[in-house]
Amino acid sequence: MRSEDRSALDALERRLSEESGPDAAAFARARRALAERAAAAGLVDVAFERHETPLGALVLGATAEGLVRVGLPNEPEEAVLEELAARVSPRVLRAPRPSLARVRRELDEYFGGRRRRFEVPLDWRLTEGFRREVLFATARIPFGRTASYAEVAASAGRPRAFRAAGSALAANPLPIVVPCHRVLPGDGGVGRYRGGAEAKARLLALERA
Amino acid sequence: MTARATGRPPRLPPFEQVVERHGPALLRFCAAQVGPERAEDCFQDAMLAALRAYGELRDPGSVRAWLFAIAARKAIDAHRERARGAEPTEDVEQVAIAAPEAPSDGALWAHVRGLPDKQRRALSLRYLGDLTHREIGDAMGTSEAAARRNVFEALARLRREVGVG
Repeated sequence: MRSEDRSALDALERRLSEESGPDAAAFARARRALAERAAAAGLVDVAFERHETPLGALVLGATAEGLVRVGLPNEPEEAVLEELAARVSPRVLRAPRPSLARVRRELDEYFGGRRRRFEVPLDWRLTEGFRREVLFATARIPFGRTASYAEVAASAGRPRAFRAAGSALAANPLPIVVPCHRVLPGDGGVGRYRGGAEAKARLLALERA
Repeated sequence: MTARATGRPPRLPPFEQVVERHGPALLRFCAAQVGPERAEDCFQDAMLAALRAYGELRDPGSVRAWLFAIAARKAIDAHRERARGAEPTEDVEQVAIAAPEAPSDGALWAHVRGLPDKQRRALSLRYLGDLTHREIGDAMGTSEAAARRNVFEALARLRREVGVG
C-alpha cells in the first residue's frame, strides 16, 4: 500500500472512532425502556433502585419475593450489586418493581415520622441459621425501644451466644427495615453499626423524637 | 479457566455493569446498522436477548464480543422484518441500501449505512464494538482473514466516497 493511502485510512479510522452517533439522552431513554421491558418479561432476578434519605442514598434490592438487601450510604453501590450478583443471581438490573416502590414510600414515611413499622415483604435468603433467628428476633423489637445483644441472643434461642448475635447484626442484609440499630451494648453507648455509629445514633434519635 | 477446572460456574458481574460499560457503544453500533430512528429498539432487543442468555455465558472476559455478536444478529433480524414489509422482490441487502435514514448522527456513519451489509457490519464491530478481527469473524461466522478483508474493503470504499485524506 502506498504511504498516502495508509495515512488516508488512518485519518478515516480516527474519524470513525470519534464521531459519536446517538447521545447520552438517547442512551438514557433506551436504558429506561429496556428496564421496563426486562421487568415485564420476568428477566430481572434482582431489581434495584437508589433512594435518597436523611441518612444519605440507600441502595434497595428486591427479588420477586420481596426486599432482599438495603445498602447503607457508606457501602459502595458497586460492591452491593456484586454481592447480589454472586449470592442471588447476576441478572441484577436497575428496574422498577412494586416492592421497591412500596419500600421507598415506607422509608419516606418512616423518616418523616409517620411510620413506626415496615410492612414490605422481605426475602431473607441472604441470611440463614442462627443469624436469621437473631434477625427475626430483632424485627420484633418495637419502634422507639431498644434491646441488648444478650436479650436478642436469648430471644433467638441461645442466651449465651451474644457474640454470635453481634456478628449476625453486623451482617444484617436489611438494615433500617430490620432494626438492628435498636440493639445496644450494655455499657450505655450506641455500639457498632454496619452504616457507622453516627448513622445508628441518628436513627435512635429519630425514634425518640 | 479456574472456574472450569473446579467445575464451578463462572462469576458474572451484575448485568447492570454490562449495560453501564458497553451500552453506549452498543447503541451507536445499532444506529450504524439500522439507522438512528430504529436504533433504540434494536438496542433493547439485543440487551433483552443478552439478559435472557446471561447465565449461559461461560467466559465473563468475553462479554463485550458476545454482546455485540447478539446485536449484529438482532440488526439482521430488523432488516429482514423491514424487507418483509417492503416490496416482496427486494432482497435484504438492497433494502438496507435503498432506504437511507435522514442522518441525525455523524455524517461519516451515515455513509457507513450505505456500505454493503458485510462491510458495514464488520466495520461497525471494529470501530464501535472495538472487537478484534478474530471476534468479528466469530460474530459474523467468517474466518479472521475474511473479517480483516471486510473491514479493509469498507475503509477503502468509504475513502473513495467521502474523499478523506
